[in-house]
Amino acid sequence: MDKPFPYSDLVMDHFANPRNMGDMENPSGVGNVGNPVCGDMMRLYLKIENDVIVDARFKTFGCGAAIASSSILTEMLKGKKIEDALKISNEAVAEALGGLPPTKIHCSVLAEDALKAALADFKKRSESK
Amino acid sequence: MNLDNVMVKKDRLIFFDNMNTTFPDPEVVKLMNDVLASRLGNPSSHVHSAGIAAGRIIDEAREKVSALVNASPESIIFTSGATESNNLAITGFLKANPGYQLAVSAIEHFSIINQFRLLQKEGIPAFLIDVEKNGSINLNSLEEIVQKKQTLVSISYANPEIGTIQDLNSIAEICSRHGGILHCDCTAAAGFSEIDVAGMGIDLLTLSAHNMYGPAGVGALYAGKNINISPLFAGGNQEDGKRPGTENIPGIAGMGEACRMAGENFGKWQKHLAALGDRLWQDLADSIPFIHFTGHPERRLPGHVSFWVEHVEGESLLLLLNMNGVMASSGSACSSNLKGKDESDLAASHVLTAVGVPTDICAGSITFSLGKYNTEAEVDYVVSIMPGIVEKLLAMSPSYEDYKKSKESFHG
Repeated sequence: MDKPFPYSDLVMDHFANPRNMGDMENPSGVGNVGNPVCGDMMRLYLKIENDVIVDARFKTFGCGAAIASSSILTEMLKGKKIEDALKISNEAVAEALGGLPPTKIHCSVLAEDALKAALADFKKRSESK
Repeated sequence: MNLDNVMVKKDRLIFFDNMNTTFPDPEVVKLMNDVLASRLGNPSSHVHSAGIAAGRIIDEAREKVSALVNASPESIIFTSGATESNNLAITGFLKANPGYQLAVSAIEHFSIINQFRLLQKEGIPAFLIDVEKNGSINLNSLEEIVQKKQTLVSISYANPEIGTIQDLNSIAEICSRHGGILHCDCTAAAGFSEIDVAGMGIDLLTLSAHNMYGPAGVGALYAGKNINISPLFAGGNQEDGKRPGTENIPGIAGMGEACRMAGENFGKWQKHLAALGDRLWQDLADSIPFIHFTGHPERRLPGHVSFWVEHVEGESLLLLLNMNGVMASSGSACSSNLKGKDESDLAASHVLTAVGVPTDICAGSITFSLGKYNTEAEVDYVVSIMPGIVEKLLAMSPSYEDYKKSKESFHG
């Protein structure tokens, strides 16, 4: 099929039809990360109840791989306990997308960073209550 | 998995990427096919009929190419393309003329910038000429460099990424006043303007066939009568010893024909493209929020519109355009090297960086470069889909979200 080599079908699908894109009213935790080299920015919103991620949304400024990475991350997160979410690595994100070209691996790393930042933000907010 | 809107629509292929290559003209293709089928000999076998016939084809092509730049046929050297011509012009000239320093504009093509870096490492005094925000050469910066010592100056007539056409008259005047030698890469400009090498004070000039409706794999270098250059590699006596190797006869024939057509039609092409480009520019300016155009507003290639959009990244914009059958290019880091080893192989466009566009903004830049085959209907279509594409990406953008919030809090 005519897709921009070497993006996989899954990457193109998540890019063209992003899942859970948007912001969130009263998020439990927000992760904001950026990569200065290529200027990518990812924002992850989490809704957490009883230590389970019940909802996840994202907004991303970035290339096809960046948008796809954040989109698939939100799907991987919904319904996960925090302790399981913490185990999600950038390799898992890239694998879930059917692989990423070497120059785009950093997009999956950014997704992992966004997740860690969101969970750290959630921890900070609950501790300050 | 819904991939329907990802497939390139075959019934609509809008090619707005003519700075990166053009589709060979059908007359060029026909000529090349005829040449390929003609059972020619090696032009160096000039004692038998097959060799003589081959030589004649090259001679004819050489005349057509030289006519385009108003030079004599003997001053044209055929090469494999603009990259090789640029190497012959710069490294070849400096090898044959030790004692010269090198000056190139900060927005030159990689074939010139990377030679610059290599030669600098080898100890040649080499300087980058400053450019203004609109991409024009800073004439003071040029003069400061050339007045120090005899200089080989390399400046492209027009920049393919941001469309700016240089003020060659002033540049040539400064060069000649200080005994400088001027090389001009005309890859992006041939076919848009009349070129008269002697009248314009140009000593070396690069032409590329695939950028002017000819085939890829062939180019030319014009070298003025008193200019000495050393060949880049060793071999036979072809091209007066300057470029050994059996000639790419069909390619050369195709290039000749492309040059002939450019000479005949550049006025018509200029008019056609200026009208389309102005329309595209105006319609985008009217309908796309946060748009910033790059390059010189007036002194620019016809049919060339380059811009960036705040809060929107370049590769994602290109991908959405491609999904709608529109092909263009971007100066963003992310789109720069998809086949690289890792992210250190990505770099935002050196051209945009040089004209002062910050890196995270470089990420959003797009170049629409039209060619003779493009139509008003295509411009209409592109203008109709751009707002929707930009809207989709703005909705996804955290920096746009922040911008909206800051406006709300300002207005209370």
